[in-house]
Amino acid sequence: MRENHQLSLVDSAVSLAVRPTRDDLATVLEQVLGRSVQITDDTDIVADLGMDSLGVMNFVMAIEDFYDISIPLDRIAQVETIGDLIHAVEHLRAGALG
Amino acid sequence: MTILAKHAAYKAAYDALRTHGADPLNVRFEHVLSPTEGILNGRRTILLGTHNYLGLTFDPGCIEKAVEATRSQGTGTTGSRVANGSYDGHLRLERALADFYGRREAMVFTTGYQANLGVLSSLVGRGDHLMLDADSHASIYDGSRLGGSEVIRFRHNNPDDLYKRLRRLEGAPGDRLIVVEGIYSMMGDTAPLKEIAAVKRETGAYLLVDEAHSLGVLGDTGRGLAEALGVEADVDFIVGTFSKSLGSVGGFCVSDCVDFDVMRIVCRPYMFTASLPPGVIASTLEALDTLRAKPALRANLMRNARRLYDGLNALGFTTGPEANPIVAVVMPSQEIAVACWKLLLDSGLYLNLALPPATPTNAPLLRTSVSAAHTIGQIDTALSIFADAGRRLGILPSDRRRAGGVV
Repeated sequence: MRENHQLSLVDSAVSLAVRPTRDDLATVLEQVLGRSVQITDDTDIVADLGMDSLGVMNFVMAIEDFYDISIPLDRIAQVETIGDLIHAVEHLRAGALG
Repeated sequence: MTILAKHAAYKAAYDALRTHGADPLNVRFEHVLSPTEGILNGRRTILLGTHNYLGLTFDPGCIEKAVEATRSQGTGTTGSRVANGSYDGHLRLERALADFYGRREAMVFTTGYQANLGVLSSLVGRGDHLMLDADSHASIYDGSRLGGSEVIRFRHNNPDDLYKRLRRLEGAPGDRLIVVEGIYSMMGDTAPLKEIAAVKRETGAYLLVDEAHSLGVLGDTGRGLAEALGVEADVDFIVGTFSKSLGSVGGFCVSDCVDFDVMRIVCRPYMFTASLPPGVIASTLEALDTLRAKPALRANLMRNARRLYDGLNALGFTTGPEANPIVAVVMPSQEIAVACWKLLLDSGLYLNLALPPATPTNAPLLRTSVSAAHTIGQIDTALSIFADAGRRLGILPSDRRRAGGVV
């Protein structure tokens, strides 16, 4: 339910105040991995979640769909932790909505 | 600890591979006898992994032209065309390529890799948007970094995902360039180019197709996937290589783009490298003539590809989605992939072992490439070697049933 709510907000592009949250990322991540995960801002996406490069790509693409953004490759290269990813999404959404 | 210690993880993986007695990165042929046979560890071996699609590496006409040009013009140009000037052959090859593709402009590069580095980094730069298929070749990824444009990756062969990503860019300044490949080199699948061309038209993007593996392979006259699907008018730039169907080395780009020649003074991978030697240019020109004059080569190639593809599937191997000259066999695990590759090699069959992360999914692959020069007998021998290896490793469906006690 909450996820649908988020998506509709994003689709209508009025969600200026909606900040990407760890909960949303965890929801997307669980869908990609098919298991439940505990994450913090400091969680390392490769080392702590045991993802390979293909897993990371699928995760990033799912995040992109969730927020209706594209994260350029150079930006993805800078992302190591969940906190980095939240920051990148936030930045891109600010640009897209700004 | 050395300066290379940062690559320790790669070294460990490679060392582990070698402890299994397999060293796929260090195969040494004592002799290469023909486009389809070599001597490996003293044994006559069928070459089923060299992308020698038309088998022209030993074509007498191509060899003669290369020898003649080497005798009359020397072994090398010893520098770039910007500094040392062009030879007549460079210009003739560019005209021949433009004529073959029916385009106004053509530019020759020293390798196919450099063609992608050079063209991508010249067409888009800071403030532009480069849209890459996620399964793009390393040369496309590397070229995307050289130019400094924003690089966005879309899901492999998914025009809807591409469209969605272009739509997200609406209103943003800068050019958009879509890059796809005619035949993808790992799985042998083709791009859905009609649908991608439609996205290109609707979004006002430019379209570049890398026909490295489809030149001389697809299309009525061998121009590649864009010709085969009738969408050449929508393709703004075609990039390709001489090192597969044309049997030499080098790369090219053809286009109708106005002011195309400005690339010759901005494209660093063209300007700052030695140009192709006369012998290579001469054999490539002859190979292009042969490709055009002998459509039967393409028919043989596709006949062999179909026979190998159908044969492997009939045995119960899992292959890529299309019967093209690249036939990839999906292996259940890295251990079995390495063991199978070694068994095949020891039985006189050479092909490529492709391991993640070089493969598009996490599955390891045994990648074969078929040639027009293979005889039906060689294809059938390859199939029986595959069948034998598959049975010995217990990876064919009937073996699994037997192992499970069903039969």
